[in-house]
Amino acid sequence: MASNMTASASASATQLFNMDYEEFIALLFTMRDLAITQFHRIPGSAIVTRYIKMSYQHDPARSAIELCLVIFAIRYLLAPKYSTQKKNFVKLRDDEIDELIEDWAPEPLVAPLTEFEQEQVEKTPVITGPTGPKVKLANGRTVTNLASANYFNLAGQPALAESAIATLRTYGVGPCGPPGFYGTQDVHIDCERDLAEFLGCQDCIIYAQAFSTINAVIPAFAKRGDYIVADDKCNFAIQKALQLSRSTIRWYKHNDMDDLEKVLKKIDRESRGRELTRRFIVTEALFEDGGDVADLGTIVKLKFQYKYRLILDETNSFGFVGATGRGLTELYNLPATDVDMIVGTLATAFVGGGGFCCGSKEIVHHQRISGLAYVFSAALPAMLATTVSEVIKMLRENPENFIVPLRENIKTFHAALAKTDMLTVTSSPLSPVISFTLNTKKEATVAEQDRMTQDIVDECLANGVLVTRAKRIALPAGMAKGPSWFGWDPAAAIKIHVSTGFTKKECEKAAGIIRSAVTKVVGRRR
Amino acid sequence: MPRKASSSVSGIIDTPKRATARTTSKIVQFFASASQKPASNGEAKLSSSFPGALPKLGGSLSLPTISLSTATGENTSESPMVVFSPEEARRTARKHAQFGPLLHPSHKYVSQHDDEKELTEPVEDEPPYFIMITTYFSYLILIIFGHVRDFFGKRFKGRKYSHLKSKNGYAALNSDFDNFYVRRLKQRLDDCFSRPITGVPGRYITLLGRKSDDYNETFQMTGEKIETLNMSSYNYLGFAQSEGPCADATEETIRKYGVSAAGTRADGGTLDLHVEAEALIARFVGKPASILYSMGYGTNAWIFQSLVNKGCLIISDELNHASIRTGARASGAMIDMYKHNSMTDLENKLREYISQGQPRTHRPWKKILVVVEGLYSMEGTMCNLPALIRLRRKYGFYLFVDEAHSVGALGPRGRGVCDYFGIDPREVDILMGTLTKSFGANGGYIAAEKQIIDKLRAINAGVLLSESPCPGVVTQITSALKMITGELNTGEGEERLQRLAFNSRYLRLGLKRLGFIVLGHDDSPIVPLMLYNPAKMPAFSREMLKRKISVVVVGYPATPLVSSRVRFCLSAAHNKDDLDRLLKACDEVGDDLDLKLSSGIAGGAIPLPEGVTPEMEAERIANGGKIAPPRWPIEEVIKRGVQDTQLPLR
Repeated sequence: MASNMTASASASATQLFNMDYEEFIALLFTMRDLAITQFHRIPGSAIVTRYIKMSYQHDPARSAIELCLVIFAIRYLLAPKYSTQKKNFVKLRDDEIDELIEDWAPEPLVAPLTEFEQEQVEKTPVITGPTGPKVKLANGRTVTNLASANYFNLAGQPALAESAIATLRTYGVGPCGPPGFYGTQDVHIDCERDLAEFLGCQDCIIYAQAFSTINAVIPAFAKRGDYIVADDKCNFAIQKALQLSRSTIRWYKHNDMDDLEKVLKKIDRESRGRELTRRFIVTEALFEDGGDVADLGTIVKLKFQYKYRLILDETNSFGFVGATGRGLTELYNLPATDVDMIVGTLATAFVGGGGFCCGSKEIVHHQRISGLAYVFSAALPAMLATTVSEVIKMLRENPENFIVPLRENIKTFHAALAKTDMLTVTSSPLSPVISFTLNTKKEATVAEQDRMTQDIVDECLANGVLVTRAKRIALPAGMAKGPSWFGWDPAAAIKIHVSTGFTKKECEKAAGIIRSAVTKVVGRRR
Repeated sequence: MPRKASSSVSGIIDTPKRATARTTSKIVQFFASASQKPASNGEAKLSSSFPGALPKLGGSLSLPTISLSTATGENTSESPMVVFSPEEARRTARKHAQFGPLLHPSHKYVSQHDDEKELTEPVEDEPPYFIMITTYFSYLILIIFGHVRDFFGKRFKGRKYSHLKSKNGYAALNSDFDNFYVRRLKQRLDDCFSRPITGVPGRYITLLGRKSDDYNETFQMTGEKIETLNMSSYNYLGFAQSEGPCADATEETIRKYGVSAAGTRADGGTLDLHVEAEALIARFVGKPASILYSMGYGTNAWIFQSLVNKGCLIISDELNHASIRTGARASGAMIDMYKHNSMTDLENKLREYISQGQPRTHRPWKKILVVVEGLYSMEGTMCNLPALIRLRRKYGFYLFVDEAHSVGALGPRGRGVCDYFGIDPREVDILMGTLTKSFGANGGYIAAEKQIIDKLRAINAGVLLSESPCPGVVTQITSALKMITGELNTGEGEERLQRLAFNSRYLRLGLKRLGFIVLGHDDSPIVPLMLYNPAKMPAFSREMLKRKISVVVVGYPATPLVSSRVRFCLSAAHNKDDLDRLLKACDEVGDDLDLKLSSGIAGGAIPLPEGVTPEMEAERIANGGKIAPPRWPIEEVIKRGVQDTQLPLR
């Protein structure tokens, strides 16, 4: 070996290479042996070996296919992730992206105010001092207030104020937390019990804002795949609630019971053989748009016949419809338990705040966990809850002190307004919000109607009577009413909020002023 | 060392018999701090700077324990035994149950971000693997047991499951699957939720005792009243009070205006009070105009549809509140979320969305609205406003900041995140906030440019169709606001702000030093303490209740499955004694429940030895130096807490 090394460098290199090569081969063999022994140590390795050997002997093609599959699986697992949703994705270079960002010009956050909107904002009445039948406006004038939802004239009642102050002095103002986290005060529990007893339901839950109540109630129960059949004139809050529920929504023509039955039959047909899902009928008791009364008797009959649950929005009826103010169920002489969920406001006739939902124990319990506006919002201030309890007490003790004079005043207005043919009162004689539309010879456009109603409101105010007009929430330009967007487009109407705080004479006088304002404005057009 | 501290104040405060301790606490505090000589000097200095706050104190400035903020009506003289007639002692005790007296002028801190520094995300500590495994295992057991019980229950106890089954042609009211968590997991700890209370949710909160004989299916009231330390209410500035200037103003308003404004804002429901409150709020948050709503949740639920719709994009932080999600869904705009507080993720999303345009058509977006919260109520983290503003300038989106928790709670003047970071509020397009929390009232507001607010008044459903806030509630808002700005009881608002900031830092530091894993930024008044195992939620809550402390425990689905936590909400109404009492309770319960899990990377480390600078320490750690898990003895935590709270937390 030493002589070889001295003989030539190249020879020695070959020798070395050869030696290394041999060693390398030997190493490979030892490694293979080692791997085989290691492999044999793995439990079940013998089975794998046997399987491969046998399958190869039976059918080499099968082994080849299996090998391909294994390779494919490995490749698939290692492949970069891609989204199946971005089919339309345009790959761009960084500088192109920067350029696009540079070019992008967003629209302003809100569109500029239209002239009419500007006028409306400026003309929003601001009441200086307490609200009541007579109020002082910011411009110093004292006017007759037919614009506040103060039907029983309790907003400024001293006894209620004293009880609210007593509550303030024990509970402070806000409960500083949601009901689930130490926000449930005993006054809330009492108020819920009072409401449930008043209506004759098993249980009740109160929300901190009436307008957000139905918005929480419907989506808590109605989910994707459920059916909701709703009156097509339902108020804006209901429409939004339906949208949030993601359920299948079917509309029936306003208060048209035949159409309702047709829709129910149709759903029955199309869902036959499918899994049973929840079904709801949703309607207002007294409609915000127009002020007419739902045919609850028929709806309840149909609901039982077709096995639907009924959600009734009594926002515009609870407290003053029915002989003792228990709402539409009382009017139709039905037990409140026939309706699965009764939703209403505590902020108008009850001069407190918040909304409620009455129903069975299960229905209420479920909302305490799933009613978003209940779970994720602070509870109602204690003094508003006690105010509601007080008003319920008053209403239970002598309902006739409240309901009868209110009905009388409504009647007076209806009678006085009937004296002219330039307007049509659409609201029911039960509704303390009297709404009327204008009769023009030529069909007026929406803008013209808005103009006229606003002119009437202005004219009334000039003569010392504060009334309001139905507000609309327009669809954004280019949008149609549909499942992704709802607008609020009530008929252009004047709204008169009647209260027990007026004498018959005052009612007649106010109605006279309104009538002459209508005559003046509509007459100008004729 | 004995567990109970030797100091007489905390010793007595800590005794379980709170009822007796409370009536005597005033006397105890008197003696306790009379021995603290330097305190009286500080207090005297303080009082001279707040001349308006001392109407009846007269010559009794040598009494150092009396909080200047609550000094009205307090009558003290040299001899405590003479002064505290039973009637007066009761009144003082009642007042202090709502708002604790400040024990020492040093217990204050100014909540403000250091302009020089970037906002760094708080370090998130991880528990040992053992805890993670047992947590998953606990859920596994709960789920298996639940299903086994359901399986047999449905077959043998049909009546109890009737609401989950279709019957008489009606589909089940609740889906079995959705309801599983509620029935099988949450019900086991239902006694820790929805505890009914009475009275003011101030420094203390009075729970109404209840018991259940059927495993939380139903509860019966026992009629007892338990006064507990309130670590649960969103009463950041301590305005939940039934007396004091705010309550007085509210009473006067109710007497004058009655209880309700009856009507919507657009119709007859706007009073001069609303106009005044809106002007005050706008001035407070630094925007030209604002609108007031009667509910915070409702504000968010109805606002987005007036700002964005089809063809617009909402990019929302993944941890945003349910009200924002509801409102965003109702708007009809496309919605995407970015990882909580991750500015890189947000920027990537913005680049992609702006460059790609709308899906399918590639038309450019009409507008992009980025929605964040100022302070996140489950995490205690703040939004990174400086970074958001930079992105806004670069990408031209609109920024919506929900200040539900941050307004009043952050910033040297209590004006929210903008104030905290020293950012001009004009840089934020929409500032939304609630008045439920820091102001002790109810409702929400939107503040923006006048043109935006006017438009909202004309088109927003919340203005046109929802009820107007009640006069009493509005006055609570205005008077609380005036107190914070110093127009009412000059000095008190500032003191409240500084007390809250001190309390937040003191508790967070203390818990870290004891060895707990705590989330959130240092200055945030929300302090979540991690529990992990689901069974530790009820255990912690019940143990705390035994010690007369009410806390909020949160678990799935409000948090990710494994990160159950207890959340402490600080208040200016708490004083150091309350926090020490809480720290002691946590120390005991933490030992029992094995909650001291921190590794030390998130803070709470022992002080650096002399001559070692923070930079040297950081370098040592960067080079692989070990971090000792902090496990301070409670006495040490309390002893060093006050002075260390003033320093950058370590």
